[in-house]
Amino acid sequence: MSIHEWFLRKKTEKQQKNGASERLNIPENLWLKCPSCKSTIYIKELNENLKVCPKCDFHFRLSASERINLIIDSGTFKEMSITLKSTDFLGFVDSKAYNKRIDEAILKSGLNEAIVIGEGLIENIKTVFGVMDFSFMGGSMGSGVGEKFTRMIEHSIENKIPAIIATSSGGARMQEGILSLMQMAKVSAALGRLRENGLPYIVLLTDPTTGGTTASFAMLGDIQIAEPKALIGFAGPRVIEQTIRQKLPKGFQRSEFLLEHGMIDLICERKDIKSTLAKILRFFEE
Amino acid sequence: MKEINNETKNLLYFEKDLKDLYQKITELQKLSEKEDLNLEEEIRMVKKRIDTMRQEIFNKLEPQQIVQVARHIMRPSTLDYINFIFEDFIELHGDRNFGDDKAIVCGIAKLNGQSIVIIGHQKGHTTKELINRNFGMAHPEGYRKALRIMRMAVRANKPIISFIDTPGAYPGIGAEERGQSEAIAKNLREMSIFTVPFISIITGEGGSGGALGISMGNRVLMMEYSIYAVISPEGCASILFRDSSRANEAAKVSKITAKDLLGFGIIDEIIKEPIGGAHNDYEATAKNIKTAILKNLNELSKFSPRELVADRYNKYRKMGIFTE
Repeated sequence: MSIHEWFLRKKTEKQQKNGASERLNIPENLWLKCPSCKSTIYIKELNENLKVCPKCDFHFRLSASERINLIIDSGTFKEMSITLKSTDFLGFVDSKAYNKRIDEAILKSGLNEAIVIGEGLIENIKTVFGVMDFSFMGGSMGSGVGEKFTRMIEHSIENKIPAIIATSSGGARMQEGILSLMQMAKVSAALGRLRENGLPYIVLLTDPTTGGTTASFAMLGDIQIAEPKALIGFAGPRVIEQTIRQKLPKGFQRSEFLLEHGMIDLICERKDIKSTLAKILRFFEE
Repeated sequence: MKEINNETKNLLYFEKDLKDLYQKITELQKLSEKEDLNLEEEIRMVKKRIDTMRQEIFNKLEPQQIVQVARHIMRPSTLDYINFIFEDFIELHGDRNFGDDKAIVCGIAKLNGQSIVIIGHQKGHTTKELINRNFGMAHPEGYRKALRIMRMAVRANKPIISFIDTPGAYPGIGAEERGQSEAIAKNLREMSIFTVPFISIITGEGGSGGALGISMGNRVLMMEYSIYAVISPEGCASILFRDSSRANEAAKVSKITAKDLLGFGIIDEIIKEPIGGAHNDYEATAKNIKTAILKNLNELSKFSPRELVADRYNKYRKMGIFTE
């Protein structure tokens, strides 16, 4: 069996097992250590608690499909541009060929790109919703993510419905060179149009959101919501530490820090996100 | 700026073969003084030889060598160019919220009698100057100052020229506290709807979001030996190759030179530099920049405000390569 065939078989197996994409696919009879409070949690309990640690409130990362299930009314999500994929136009090879990285990310996440976009209802209110998946190359933004985000905003303008994005991204996808940087310009220009059309744009920042993603669409919401303790920043903490050669203050670049400094509107517990979004949408609807 | 030519200390590592020739000039000059000989012809010949050799070297620069030219300590940045290109320049300071960021300079001026707004990164040619300008790495207040002045240009219906030369936006505690990402993001969104002609020129280092934050022009021009990248070759090598000494490779594969980016349709034009790069002749370089600005402004002046916005939107809208 060639490696390619092996991957294909693995992919089919995985899809059969999980339906769409499932990140924390650990059998339900297992225990897990919370990375924040180090206490041992029963995974079933964690899942029932929307992947929030019952002991310390640590918010585990969600996959795109988990996020959709959390926020969009059941059965109403109509995905758009499903087949859109990144391509290795530079022939970029670091420790691995970018081509191969894309294939692996597709297998690992069950998605074609680091963002899923579509139309759906939130408590019966029509929205266009985008969600990033960190398991796909760290949610990085290349041409694929930039294009899909732009289409989502254009869909919002054409159909006069509000746009919501849940972010989770390390920033620009370096394997696409300058074109990844240009996506920042492209998505921001789309948001310029959205704004001129008077449509609301809401951002839900989840852990982590940094780099070119924050320096473009993730910080341009009319309303900025963040999950508790999410890492949100321009430069990564390691880069800053290396630059200034001193330890960073506790809680630096976390949601609470951003709220304190006036960079976001509110922090919202995972269980309250859907109802909060619905309230905001109803405000704009009237 | 001819005296810089004679300073061998400013030679880049791949120009070291020129060192002997420069020494020869010094020797000839000394000899001519001492013996009262006329050696002008000999000196001229050596200088000519230097130019030829330098041209040969520069004709086949590797991407990582171009990076070194783009970062040369004597490479001109915004304030060095302004007096050669514009008249009646007045610098305008401050973001009206927090402070005045010296890494970005802004101002108003005339270009052949036409009112123009100028935005640009400023580095320096000595350690002291570089520290004062934070090596051209702006904080949020720099981007907010630039936005304030650019919006003024839009209200006054005057074209905007931005000069880009930065390693990147500054990664520090204060920058994060004051919203570095928000400042850049907002600039991107606002620049996309400017109703005036907007030309951006990458003069040295076009360092990622820090560069893009003031460079969403209708036309983006690049100096022959400048670079424009999503991450520095060193950063790319250290993150992706886990070895910062592999910057050469990273520079090659990331396609960051003017020639590469013209091929990708990311930039519109390359501005020629004098032999050995912009730092060897500020005036000649500025003249080439001025010619390019005038040509592009002339073309953009035929656009209506609405067409300028549409032109800019379409320019960035079509950037991206993917399959479906």
